Amino acid sequence: MALDIENPIEGSFQIIGGNFDNAGEASSQLKNRLLELNVNDDIIRRATIATFEAEMNVIIYAAAGRLNFVITPTQIQIRIEDMGPGIENIEQAMTEGYSTAPEWVRAMGWGAGMGLPNMKKNSDVFKIDSVIGEGTTIEMTLNLT
Amino acid sequence: MTLGEIIDILDATVITDSVDLSINIRSGCSADMMSTVMYYHTADSLLITGLSQPSVIRTAEIAGIKTIVFVLDKIPDENIIELARQKNIPLLRTSFCMYTASGRLFQAGLPSCLGK
Repeated sequence: MALDIENPIEGSFQIIGGNFDNAGEASSQLKNRLLELNVNDDIIRRATIATFEAEMNVIIYAAAGRLNFVITPTQIQIRIEDMGPGIENIEQAMTEGYSTAPEWVRAMGWGAGMGLPNMKKNSDVFKIDSVIGEGTTIEMTLNLT
Repeated sequence: MTLGEIIDILDATVITDSVDLSINIRSGCSADMMSTVMYYHTADSLLITGLSQPSVIRTAEIAGIKTIVFVLDKIPDENIIELARQKNIPLLRTSFCMYTASGRLFQAGLPSCLGK
């Protein structure tokens, strides 16, 4: 069902690398916005799982990043850009279970190598672009109709 | 299965102040890796974990997990308990280990969130 909104709703969150205490806060706020708009529960869950995984990747691997979203009557568009080391082999990184996370990250419950596959699984369109030494950009779209 | 029944089966203690014992839980998952929980979760489920990090609460919030059980009587820090209160996610603790806690609930009829 298309959303009854006149103009697209936009939002932006800064994510600081290494800040595990705030992990998921951007996704939590996005969830609240989507709840206010009466978006279907299943779509909210898929969108925020995708953004939570993206947040975690920034926190684990990058110095900082930004999550931007645009909600239109028919789509949720999400873009996450980070200033991180970049991904050498994207195909390998997209493999379930493949992870380069250090042991201390795993001890905190993350780095199981499911993040990128989970973002792809939960979005209708998934694009990833990465430059070594510069960072990674992920774009995800979820259809509301 | 209701939250009240789960508390009985696990001989659990409620960490957060007040809980609605009639909350209906449809399935369970046991994990310390939150990525795995996010990948395999189903809504209205229960998470059994030994991990007590703030991201456990946020994982539950995002994944639609209704309650969290900490095994081996682990008590999370007050800031984590407060976050759970804010998100309205009941926290329990049990003296059982993850294997036994999972087994008791499975035996009592609570299926896996994966369905296998």
